[in-house]
Amino acid sequence: MLADAATPLVTLRGITRVFPPIAGGGQPIHALGPLDLDLRTGEFFAVVGPSGCGKSTLFELIAGLQQANDGTIAFEGKPITGKVPDGIGVVFQEDSCLPWRTVRGNIALGLRKSGLSRAEQETRIEHVLVLMNLVEFASHYPAQLSGGMRQRVCIARTLVMEPRLILLDEPFAALDQQTRLLMGEEVLRVWRSTSATVFLITHALDEAAMLSDRIAVMSARPGRILDIVETAWPRERDSRILEDERFGAISARLWRLLRDETIKAADAH
Amino acid sequence: MHTRWRLTLARVLILLAFTGILEILCAAGTIDPLTMQPPHRILLDLVHLLGSGSFNRAIARTLSNAMIATSMAIIVGVVAGSLIHRIRGLRDALDLLFSTWYAVPVLAFYPLLIVIFGLTNLPSIMIGFMQGVVAVIVTTLDGLDRVPRVLRKLARTQHMTTLETAWLITLPAAAPWLLGGAKLAVVFSIIGVVASEFLMAREGMGFEISYAYNNFDNARMYPLIVLVIVFSVTVNSLLLRWEARLARRRGLKP
Repeated sequence: MLADAATPLVTLRGITRVFPPIAGGGQPIHALGPLDLDLRTGEFFAVVGPSGCGKSTLFELIAGLQQANDGTIAFEGKPITGKVPDGIGVVFQEDSCLPWRTVRGNIALGLRKSGLSRAEQETRIEHVLVLMNLVEFASHYPAQLSGGMRQRVCIARTLVMEPRLILLDEPFAALDQQTRLLMGEEVLRVWRSTSATVFLITHALDEAAMLSDRIAVMSARPGRILDIVETAWPRERDSRILEDERFGAISARLWRLLRDETIKAADAH
Repeated sequence: MHTRWRLTLARVLILLAFTGILEILCAAGTIDPLTMQPPHRILLDLVHLLGSGSFNRAIARTLSNAMIATSMAIIVGVVAGSLIHRIRGLRDALDLLFSTWYAVPVLAFYPLLIVIFGLTNLPSIMIGFMQGVVAVIVTTLDGLDRVPRVLRKLARTQHMTTLETAWLITLPAAAPWLLGGAKLAVVFSIIGVVASEFLMAREGMGFEISYAYNNFDNARMYPLIVLVIVFSVTVNSLLLRWEARLARRRGLKP
C-alpha cells in the first residue's frame, strides 16, 4: 500500500482516560485528555512527554489494550473497542520474547492464525529474518542474544504479520545510546520497506527528532497534546541527520515545549 | 576438572563413605544383624530378588499406582491451579486450606476410601493423589503469579483465546515452577502410595515391606526399601536434569 499522507489511518476524538482510585481510598487519576489526534497513513509519528503524562496509556488505547472513558478511537474508520484490531502490530518496552522458543519460533507465533500455508509462512519468516538481520540467529534462544537483538526479534514477530500500523512503546529504552541509534536506523529501513505507519512512544527527544515525520509533545498529567512538530525530513534518512543543523533546531524546539511540563511533572511527584 | 563432575564425584564419595561406615558397623557387630544387614548383603539380596521375579507383581503395582497418582496430581493440580488463579475470591477462600493441607493426616482417610472404592488399587492411588495435588496447585499459582504482565498483553495482541494464552504463554512461562510442583508430586505420591499399602493393602511394595518387617525378614525388607528409594531418586534426578536444561535455555542459573 502506498503512503497517502492525506488519509488519517487512526483518529482520536475527545479521548479521556481516568483510572479509578486504588483499593483503600484515594482520588481517581485523570491520566489523559481530552485529546484529539490524527495519524496519517504511511507517516512516522512520535509522541514525547514528561514521565507519567499518559504516553503509555495513549499507546494502549490505540492498541486496543485499554478502553477510553470518553471519546472515540478509530483505525481505518472502524472503532477500536477494547480488542486489538487486525492490522495493528505492537512492540512493547519490556522484553516480550518467549524464552522457551527459538528466534524462529518467536517470529512464527504471529502467523498461527494467518491462514497461510506452511510454505508461505516459511517464506514470510525468512523475509523478516533477512530484514532484521537475524538469519544466523534463527535457531538461537532469546537468552543467547543481547537486549538489542531480542528487541529485534520482537519487532520481527510484529513485522511478520505485515501490520499496517506498527506501535512501538519505548522499544529501545533499555539499550545504550549507540545501539539505540543503530536500532533507529533499522526501524527507519523497515518503515521504508513496509510502507506501514509507525507510532512511536519515546522519552528520548533526539530519537524522536531523528526518526519522525511528526512529533506530538504532551503536557504533564492529564496528558494533552501541546503541539505537533513537523520535521520535514526526507523519507531516505538515517542517524547521520544528527549532523544536520535542523536536527539541533528540532530538538531545541521539543525541549522548549517540554521544559516547563517536565518541571511540573517532577514537582507533582 | 569440570565443576559438575567434581560435584558428582563428591556426592558418590559421600554415599560410599556412608555405606562404608554402615558396612564396618555391621561387620563389627555394633549393628545387630536382626536390625540391619550389611549394605553389600542388601545389594546381593536386591539382585537376587529382582532376578527371581517373585516381587515383580508387587513392584509393578506400586510403581504403576504411584505413576497414576503423580500424573493425576499434576494434571488436576495444573488445571485447578489455572482456574483458581483466574478467580481471586476463590483463591482467597482456599488459601488457608492450601497452607494447612499438609497438617492434615491424609492417611487417616484410608479406611473411608476403602469403604468407597473397596480393596482395589484406587484407595492407594487416591492417597497418593491427595498427597501430591495441593503441592502442584500451590506451585502453579506461584508460577502464574510470576508470568510477566507484558506476556499477557502479548497474548492479546496475538488475538489468543483463553486456552491458547494458557497453552502458548502462561503455562510455558510458569514451567520452572510447574516442574518444581511435579517434583513434589512425585515424592508425595510415592510416599502416599507406599504408606497406604503399609496399612491395609493386600499387595504392593508397601505391603511386602510391612509383611517382611512383621516376619523379621530383612532379606526382603531392605532390598524393597532400597528399590523405593532408587525409584524416587531416579525420577527426581531426571526431573532435575530437565529443570536444569530449561533454566539454561532461559538464561537462568540452573
